Amino acid sequence: MSKVNYFLTEEQEMIVDLTRQITEEKIIPVRAELDRNEEFPWDIMKDLAQADLFALYIPEEYGGLGGGTMENCLAVEQLARGCIAVTTTFAASALGGYPILLFGTDEQKQKYLPDVAAGKKLVAFGLTEANAGSDAAGIQCTAVEDGDYWVLNGTKQWITSGGEAEIYTIIAMTDRNKGARGATAFIVEKGDEGFSFGKKEKKMGLRASSTRELVFNDCRIPKDRILGRRGQGFIIAMRTLDLARPGIGAIGVGLAQAALDESVKYARQRVQFGQPIISFQAIQHMLADMATSIEAARALVYAVARTIDAGEKNFSKLSAMAKLFPTDVAMKVTTDAVQILGGYGYMQDYPVEKMMRDAKILQIYEGTNQIQRNVIGQALNKEYAKEG
Amino acid sequence: MKIAVCIKQVPDASTVRFDKEKGTLVREGVESVINPFDYNAIEAGLALKDQVGGEVSVLTMGPPQAQDAIREAISLGVDNGIVVSDRAFAGADTLATTYTLAKAINKLGAFDLVICGKQAVDGDTAQVGPGLAVRLGIPCVTCVDDLEVLEDGRKLRLKRMCEQGYDIVEVELPALITVLASLNIPRVPSLKGKMRAKKADIPMLSAEDIGAETSKVGLAGSPTQVATTTVPTFDAKREMLEGEPEEQVDALIGKLKEAGIL
Ligand SMILES: Cc1cc2nc3c(=O)[nH]c(=O)nc-3n(C[C@H](O)[C@H](O)[C@H](O)COP(=O)(O)OP(=O)(O)OC[C@H]3O[C@@H](n4cnc5c(N)ncnc54)[C@H](O)[C@@H]3O)c2cc1C
Ligand SMILES: Cc1cc2nc3c(=O)[nH]c(=O)nc-3n(C[C@H](O)[C@H](O)[C@H](O)COP(=O)(O)OP(=O)(O)OC[C@H]3O[C@@H](n4cnc5c(N)ncnc54)[C@H](O)[C@@H]3O)c2cc1C
Repeated sequence: MSKVNYFLTEEQEMIVDLTRQITEEKIIPVRAELDRNEEFPWDIMKDLAQADLFALYIPEEYGGLGGGTMENCLAVEQLARGCIAVTTTFAASALGGYPILLFGTDEQKQKYLPDVAAGKKLVAFGLTEANAGSDAAGIQCTAVEDGDYWVLNGTKQWITSGGEAEIYTIIAMTDRNKGARGATAFIVEKGDEGFSFGKKEKKMGLRASSTRELVFNDCRIPKDRILGRRGQGFIIAMRTLDLARPGIGAIGVGLAQAALDESVKYARQRVQFGQPIISFQAIQHMLADMATSIEAARALVYAVARTIDAGEKNFSKLSAMAKLFPTDVAMKVTTDAVQILGGYGYMQDYPVEKMMRDAKILQIYEGTNQIQRNVIGQALNKEYAKEG
Repeated sequence: MKIAVCIKQVPDASTVRFDKEKGTLVREGVESVINPFDYNAIEAGLALKDQVGGEVSVLTMGPPQAQDAIREAISLGVDNGIVVSDRAFAGADTLATTYTLAKAINKLGAFDLVICGKQAVDGDTAQVGPGLAVRLGIPCVTCVDDLEVLEDGRKLRLKRMCEQGYDIVEVELPALITVLASLNIPRVPSLKGKMRAKKADIPMLSAEDIGAETSKVGLAGSPTQVATTTVPTFDAKREMLEGEPEEQVDALIGKLKEAGIL
């Protein structure tokens, strides 16, 4: 198989080999069942922990391996070839962990990150609410100072790994009249007084991932659980999402690659009109477009990930691109995969049906693809204004 | 607990082809993998270490490439490993294999527990574990399907599968066990393990290094010789009986009488 040379380091090759092995041995054999039963993939999380994968992005002084965005992207790309519900569960823990990593005090990092790196505790990220999705500034959860405590009230909605994670990074309003500058980030632990879990969602896809409400009812947390400064909540949320988005792109690449693999295999063996359907040019052209767009998406994700790892500070536009394009590719490619498998593709006996159902979420969460286009468009407007 | 795990490199069944004319395996282009049961043996060792502490060593007798098997075991978490390798070891039967492995184990020091797979998928004799125990002068429990540590690791309680059911056996250490696939689910490698494996220095010990007499190893030490290998022919016939169940039973009885079975 001819392959683009992305000049991976020896360690990066190891990450690819290991995550591919886990995908083949541990994820693919159970993915249909996990999906059917909406079962949280605890066993696989234990495998990922044993394999040191939760340690990937965490610095060595906190028990991690000190990897960057590129290493994280390589890992999730391979895992996504197996199941993106499993991969999302893994990736959401990094999403929840980034605020601590980026804005936590040394004490907070010492307290939380070693357990996260060891895979002993999952983290969740809680921003979205019923009335605040794309417009995150509309959040209504509040946090009020009360002596040595903060008291949280309100409900977060659709929080990945809600109920399963031990650590939650939560954005709540501390000064409502300051608008976007009135939000603050906090660390809440499972078991904190006044913190409980609400409805668990039934979903079209991503069914093995838990998506749940977080309910704060006079939830009292010690003062030192504030992350960053008061009023910094949105900056923390945006920086977190900027850093995580190439990972979502990488999940799109992995999912699309898996759909292409299934499509080519099937097209080579399915005979109609006396010949394998891959001999029809209509099918060949579809496969060619799928393969080309996947490679373009992969190249974009890797290039942006490396730019971030090289220390670029201003990367919102780039990471929006690295989420937007690969996830649109994943939706298109998985839809085409179902088309190539025809009626069999529509049946649950074949894996592409789940892939297409799952793909849709990638265009929605961590900022819809419309919002990514807004980010890119607004950045272009600013950049060209400067050049003026 | 000091644990030694014996592992064997075998041809990867998914890449093996068979030369029908010669009746032999085509060995060119065949990749080597760790014998499947030996993954369970490694996992058993690692799980015991997780539980009671200690050290897990692996050893294999094989060609120099058997280093790959040791590296893989290190990536899974074992502490160290060696390859026992010498041209003189070629053509070993189980008698010579167990002699060599016993010499190597004695050279490495004292172990509380030696773990082998139940059998190798190529040689398939399931004799190496028991033979090795005899050579080491320690008790042997084969076909272990469940395992429990007793008395702070001085004893093990083992569930041993038999044809009619199972035995529960308690054994004092040191001992040797051979394990089944049903004992555990082998873990995946870890990134830290893979990095350690890459850099690990894997000693290769020769016949001389382990103090083995050359007349007792390899072909020279093997009384068993494979005379010929033949492919079994399969000439059973199959026939579907038609009609109502009563008619089918009558027809079947008739056929069995005809064949002289009834
Ligand atoms: C399975 C799942 C898991 C999730 N996990 C998490 C999690 O762990 N943590 C968390 O905080 N959130 C999570 N979310 C929430 C997710 O991030 C939001 O669903 C997403 O941000 C979109 O918000 P919304 O669904 O309210 O859509 P809305 O904002 O209501 O958008 C509806 C439609 O309008 C479009 N739209 C909105 N505003 C604009 C605009 N300005 N310009 C153009 N188009 C616009 C959108 O693109 C979309 O097509 C999860 C969601 C799902 C479904
Ligand atoms: C191509 C080929 C040709 C052979 N030719 C002959 C022959 O001419 N004469 C003859 O008598 N036998 C021959 N054998 C069989 C040979 O004796 C055995 O392969 C060898 O002695 C080990 O026995 P086994 O494979 O049956 O292992 P088993 O007894 O089935 O293995 C049980 C366990 O013992 C351990 N173990 C086995 N071998 C090793 C090893 N090398 N290093 C470390 N641990 C090990 C492992 O834990 C394994 O799971 C041949 C085998 C092959 C594949």
